[in-house]
Amino acid sequence: MSQLQYYAPGSVEDAVKALGAGGRAMSGGTDLLVQLRAGRLPPGPIVDLKNVAGTQGIRQENGGWIIGAATPAALLGEHAGLVAAWPGVVEGAGLIGSTQIQNRASLAGNLCNASPAADSVPALIAARATCIVAGPGGRREVPVQAIVTGVGKTSLGPGEFVLEIRLPPRPPRAADAYLRAIPRTEMDIAVAGAGADIVLDEAGVCQDVRVVLGAVAPTAVIVAGASAALVGFRLDEAALERLDSAAQVVCRPISDKRGTVEYRTRIAGVLARRAVAIAWERAEKRA
Amino acid sequence: MSKVHIRARVNGDPVEFLAEQGMTLLDALRDELGLTGAKEGCGSGDCGACSIMVDERLVCSCLMLAPEAEGRRIETIEGMARDGGLHPLQRKFLEHAALQCGFCTPGLLVAAKALLDQNPDPTETETRFWLAGNLCRCTGYDKVIRAVMDAAAELRQAHSA
Repeated sequence: MSQLQYYAPGSVEDAVKALGAGGRAMSGGTDLLVQLRAGRLPPGPIVDLKNVAGTQGIRQENGGWIIGAATPAALLGEHAGLVAAWPGVVEGAGLIGSTQIQNRASLAGNLCNASPAADSVPALIAARATCIVAGPGGRREVPVQAIVTGVGKTSLGPGEFVLEIRLPPRPPRAADAYLRAIPRTEMDIAVAGAGADIVLDEAGVCQDVRVVLGAVAPTAVIVAGASAALVGFRLDEAALERLDSAAQVVCRPISDKRGTVEYRTRIAGVLARRAVAIAWERAEKRA
Repeated sequence: MSKVHIRARVNGDPVEFLAEQGMTLLDALRDELGLTGAKEGCGSGDCGACSIMVDERLVCSCLMLAPEAEGRRIETIEGMARDGGLHPLQRKFLEHAALQCGFCTPGLLVAAKALLDQNPDPTETETRFWLAGNLCRCTGYDKVIRAVMDAAAELRQAHSA
């Protein structure tokens, strides 16, 4: 690996050129360097995106939030404003690896690594977050769920990379949450994960909801039946029971050492319920 | 492949060295600068034996490339003892016998110091979560946690005295 070329462009244009010439995008490097070293990826020049203008930092714009694609996950948890606005997104990002990894790993890296178990992705999709993708044709804004197309595969074209993650403005009485299950308390990969984002009306009735599951299919999956289960209803056992069933329906997991198909499916339903209940309670407190 | 010329501060001193472009910072520290305190345990960011501080952030030096160190402030285990005296964490690790083979110790000490620098009074749970990325395969964690909690108490006392 030490023979690889390293390039750290400062501008989007230079980054696009280097990536278009066959470079591999790196932000924190916590997945890329491991895969290069293990020979799971063919060697190629490394394009470090951390110095590219716009890839660092967290800022508010027009009521929404813009997170530079290479911003380390730890900075999300340290940002009081972002934690208050999007606690679920921050919870997902905060579960990526150890303290050491948190200081390097980024949202865009977690996304573009395209692992089915990526912890930050379900909450981002639930939040209706978008990516600003920079490439040879300029910039385009795409929903987060359009980036990952399969295990280890993305929709990014040659020379393209994720420059920013954008979170939309929050209506009142809206909140999110993310939960995952692992076989131990820390340092493991999700058996299943659930992100939930919910909007309540003044009476505490669900107006809008999105629930997204991780690690139970080749990509994160939106629970299609969540709206039918919850919109127009208050939080009660029957509503959560409907959500649980709707969540289990979309699961297409694998069996591995962390859990069987049956276990993953059941636990995904449980996590969906609990994530919705937490988001709901948070939304009520914002009333 | 052309080597890159890197300038950084390591344990307070300016350093310059040449490194292959794809060389890890861990290998550069060990092989170019002779700082062999940080160890390669797993090479994949799981074990924390290579923990160092970069611009006051705890990182795995096996997951960072040497050219990324350009202009950065790096702290390694070699900078922890000052003026011939051990840091309280180092002393408490000895007192509590919080090591056997010692391979994980530099990483655990650097990580523990990073915790206490930002949170002088952590709970045991906070300490255990903070150190979850530092694996020990012989002593176990109980003595390590006791040593860190004891060092934290001593440092708080020294600070308030």
